[in-house]
Amino acid sequence: MTGKNRLNGGLIDRSTSFGFTFDGVRYSGCAGDTLASALLANGVRLMGRSFKYHRPRGPMTSGSEEPNAIVELRSGARKEPNTRATTAELFDGLVANSQNRWPSLKWDAMAINDLFSPFLTAGFYYKTFMWPKAFWEKLYEPIIRRAAGLGSLGHDPDPDSYDKGFLHCDLLIIGAGPAGLAAALTAGESGARVILADEDFVLGGRLIADTGMLADEDGAAWAAETVARLNSMPNVRVMSRSTVIGAFDHGIYGMVERVSDHLPEPAPGKPRQILWRVYSKRAILAGGATERPIVFENNDRPGIMLASAMRAYANRWAVSTGSAVAVFTNNDDGHRTAADLVSKGVKTTVIDTRPDAPDTADYETLAGASVTNTQGRLGLTAIEVTLSSGTTRSLTIDGLGVSGGWNPNVHLTCHQRGRPQWDEKLAAFIPGGTLPSGLSVAGAASGAFSTHAALQTGQAAAVQALGDLGVKSSTPDLPTAEDAPIRVTPFWHVAGAKRAWVDQQNDVTAKDIKLAHQENFRSVEHLKRYTTLGMATDQGKTSNIAGLAIMADVAGKQIPEVGTTIFRPPYTPVAMGVLAGRSRDKTFRPVRKTPSHYWAEEQGAVFVEVGMWMRAQWFPQPGETHWRQSVDREVLQTRKSVGVCDCTTLGKIDVQGTDAAEFLNKVYANGFAKLPVGKTRYGLMLREDGIAMDDGTAARLADDHFVVTTTTANAVPVYRHMEFVRQCLFPDMDVQLISTTEAWAQYAVAGPNSRKLLQKIVDPEFDISNDGFPFMACGEITVCGGLRARLFRISFSGELAFEIAVPTRYGDALMRRLMEEGKEFDVVPYGLEALGVMRIEKGHAAGNELNGTTTANNLGMGRMVSKAKDSIGSKLSERPGLNEADALKLVGLKPVNSDDKVVAGAHLMTKGTPVDAAHDQGYITSACFSPNLGCHIGLGYLKSGDTRIGEIVRLVSPLTGVDHEVEVVSAHFVDPEGERLRA
Amino acid sequence: MIINHPILGPRDAAEFVYKGDASLINRPDPQSDNAAERFYEYGYLRDNPAGLHRELWFHEQGDRSWLVVTRDTTTHEITKVELARDVARAEGRSR
Amino acid sequence: MHDLSPLTPLGNAEPSMETIGEVTLTEVTDVALASVAARLGREEDTRAALKKVIGADAPETSRHAGSTLRAFWTGPDQWMVEAPLETHEDLAKMLSNEIGAAASITEQTDAWCRFDLVGRDLFRALELLCAADTADWSGGEVQRCSIEHLGCFVLCRDPSTISILGPRSAAGSLHHALVTACHAAF
Repeated sequence: MTGKNRLNGGLIDRSTSFGFTFDGVRYSGCAGDTLASALLANGVRLMGRSFKYHRPRGPMTSGSEEPNAIVELRSGARKEPNTRATTAELFDGLVANSQNRWPSLKWDAMAINDLFSPFLTAGFYYKTFMWPKAFWEKLYEPIIRRAAGLGSLGHDPDPDSYDKGFLHCDLLIIGAGPAGLAAALTAGESGARVILADEDFVLGGRLIADTGMLADEDGAAWAAETVARLNSMPNVRVMSRSTVIGAFDHGIYGMVERVSDHLPEPAPGKPRQILWRVYSKRAILAGGATERPIVFENNDRPGIMLASAMRAYANRWAVSTGSAVAVFTNNDDGHRTAADLVSKGVKTTVIDTRPDAPDTADYETLAGASVTNTQGRLGLTAIEVTLSSGTTRSLTIDGLGVSGGWNPNVHLTCHQRGRPQWDEKLAAFIPGGTLPSGLSVAGAASGAFSTHAALQTGQAAAVQALGDLGVKSSTPDLPTAEDAPIRVTPFWHVAGAKRAWVDQQNDVTAKDIKLAHQENFRSVEHLKRYTTLGMATDQGKTSNIAGLAIMADVAGKQIPEVGTTIFRPPYTPVAMGVLAGRSRDKTFRPVRKTPSHYWAEEQGAVFVEVGMWMRAQWFPQPGETHWRQSVDREVLQTRKSVGVCDCTTLGKIDVQGTDAAEFLNKVYANGFAKLPVGKTRYGLMLREDGIAMDDGTAARLADDHFVVTTTTANAVPVYRHMEFVRQCLFPDMDVQLISTTEAWAQYAVAGPNSRKLLQKIVDPEFDISNDGFPFMACGEITVCGGLRARLFRISFSGELAFEIAVPTRYGDALMRRLMEEGKEFDVVPYGLEALGVMRIEKGHAAGNELNGTTTANNLGMGRMVSKAKDSIGSKLSERPGLNEADALKLVGLKPVNSDDKVVAGAHLMTKGTPVDAAHDQGYITSACFSPNLGCHIGLGYLKSGDTRIGEIVRLVSPLTGVDHEVEVVSAHFVDPEGERLRA
Repeated sequence: MIINHPILGPRDAAEFVYKGDASLINRPDPQSDNAAERFYEYGYLRDNPAGLHRELWFHEQGDRSWLVVTRDTTTHEITKVELARDVARAEGRSR
Repeated sequence: MHDLSPLTPLGNAEPSMETIGEVTLTEVTDVALASVAARLGREEDTRAALKKVIGADAPETSRHAGSTLRAFWTGPDQWMVEAPLETHEDLAKMLSNEIGAAASITEQTDAWCRFDLVGRDLFRALELLCAADTADWSGGEVQRCSIEHLGCFVLCRDPSTISILGPRSAAGSLHHALVTACHAAF
């Protein structure tokens, strides 16, 4: 036996017994149990403490709408707080703990809050923690943080993995109750691609929780047979444990599949959960309905639950939720619960608010009566009933089912612009307004509450949806089923009830709602935020409507006049991990490796991420203990002899076509039409507003063929921009663009011995002497005995330099060869830091200078913007505001006292003026230690900087305490005449 | 969202990069008398309609076509998708 | 003949191969690639020349065709040509000779890494990787899409052979994503 409260029957597998613990106590349950059903079977009904008052609580529902039975599952790194015991599937070895209690669930010190409840009403925080202001950070916030929240997180990284995936279908059916199954059967037999998704681990919806017959068959048996039939159809994908969490634009739905949550841990390589993005042409919401409670005094004790939940525990899980029970109802469905319980041998009394309540000989019915109070500290022991006569009667019971009618699960219909409409006959909101495109609603979710109506509307919705798609439906015969009329008389709360819980998860009482109204929070959205009604993890699935009803009552309005709040995704809580998917830790985003990566690793290079690229930052040598030693050595040795740097990451775009030169004239501010074949030119690219976008070089390989480079960071945006110019601005230019960044391994070979080194590998038929291959030359050559290569004589370092490119697969071998052949010159590899130092020494602009606010004029390249032709950005760069006499100009800065540092981000002030924004003269963009000059240097923008060479200005950074004098110098610290690069 | 690409059919909007108002196609003639004024308007003035909006999307994770998508900004309903190159030509752009 | 040794995109001397369940995942390195983009007004000439090269009509949108030399569609009037590397190391030059000035040819051999998946129900791994609707592909389809944030081509050679081409520099990340998806799916 698995528990003293087990009944006969049910959909559990009694032959598979699972041991589990709750708060350290061992219990056993069956396969097919949830944690809640297994605990109830063992006589445990106290499962948690409430959020604010720490009131003892037990399960109120048997599904995902549960507000009370919120527990921590598992332990260690897999510990997951705030999960619902009512949906947690039992497995052998499950460890569960209650939360929000100390020291124990039965003796919770914080329950003292309950005594102070008169002070802890709606808006308590807003009113109490206002003053004095200084108390907020030191006192109030720490206290609130300690008191707030329910469960606690494990602090180790989540050891499980999560996937994301994409599914496509003609028809997505959300919910596998009678309506969903009928829709799936119809669409499946019609040959459409169908996905049937349900959050539960057994499909059937209410068919597996109720006892109704479908034709001459048990409802649960019909559901199982139908699911088996659907599983056999290749065009139907049946997905259990899969919750559709959101409806997005154009038929896209988010769905979380809990692949492994029912296992102690996922199988190797398998994800715990998958976040599916479902692309559907049509969708049917068949998500059923949720029973709603009635609000009465002390309605939150363990043992009090929804009547439908009592029925589900009895029918599906064979669990008795009391030895003597009562059902408090305002509608006929409450009587269904009573009938089911009585048939299982449970003594039952019905308290029906309606004077004309149906009468039966099977159980006692108290018509026109209501529950006015309850007793039992840790669980229900008795209730007080006020009879129609006005007298009270006490019932000694340990279970109370409450039925206030049913609410269609309209949530997904509201995820865009749908707004529920009030249905007078059902006394409930049904889907209304504009539904997400392609979505229709069937079954109880649409207000069709009987099983017959669910089956029929499910089929009709499928026929309609397929008709929209031009698919002719077959209409399989559906079984006959109960078609009971809806008989409900609205009854929301027992008059005079005060400590009567509306939102049990957030501890919002009827009194709080009245108080909010009294304090003029009258919009339903304000009510929600002021009282926190419906803002807990259950999103008020069982509480919103009662809150609205009480609000309407005190405002003297009807419910539809009060309106309803909007449901937003996700439908049920979603683990953060599944939103991240595989994009976490080392695989947060892809890693791009340069062709020399593995070689650089062997050299012990220190890498830095630049965009997605891993770039060698410097190459430490034995004995070097500080990065500056490595960088200084790389810089000095390159300038003295020769260095090699992997510059593959620069974007490369192949520009071809008869109009290629004309096209480049448009995208670059300077001219390219007259660039001869075999030559390379620097190009400055502007945005249309005249701000510098990017720079690079364009090498003309043929009349109609250029290869242009972009900065590493801008490779993608520049390509996109060039395609925009090509397709949208000049659609009849004959030009084709292909990104070819990855195809070539490209190395800068820089320094006075660079030519000598290259001559050792470039095949002898190619003349790379200064005459044969002068500064800015480019050409196709071969190296190492016939390997195709491209050679460019361009220099970022300011030295005699080349860039050589070979097909990427040979990049590793070429780097090794260059190092081998370069030994006689003491060749050094240099990294990104040395590259940066050398370009600052040379005064070459980079991303720091092209920072999205600077123009060609600021860069000192104003004259490069050709007036002879139209180019992107040329017109707006002429604006007077960008060309004022005191415009910022790029200059070099050198400390007066050579020990002082130059700091990027520091500002420049004229000597003798106050240090404030009004007197600001400019700022430092790039700074480094120059081993060639023996001091720190910087590049920066200075007002009228080109006319202030030689001036001493103040370098200030109030934040970091920098304040010293620097001299304004030419940005070209090294070789200002450019003799080296032309050598 | 789904963008019904004129060549490729329905594709997830996540494959695209958004640029902005399709009026960016109508780059002014730099030779015109009031070119400065017209470039200022082209660069900075945009309508911000609550309703139909023609906008440029780039199919970066696809065929690299620029598209002109007509979208209702209040509902996300997409009523028309065209190749921007065709639109540009129809609006008189050439070389 | 030069004496430099190539590395595979995954950084090894020889291409990698592994078996996951009943699916094999192979790094393919013996294929030369070059893109062909028709010049303005020369679209038909390009198609005709391409037809001669691959021995089949130039593939239509989202299709591939050919035999020893194959072409797959990459964009309006643009294709990628595949050829055996051993015999077509300089594929771009060969195509330039064949197609002349009708199209712009760009060498692409080393711009891409390629992994082939061979096995049954490959869509079960692909649906964890990309938004392409591959479940009823029967062979001949190609789609450019995003896998692991990378722009990739997915080609269906036949229902049990899928090629995935991605940016070479991120071969390790793409390979990891493929292996992970196969373990999750199979």
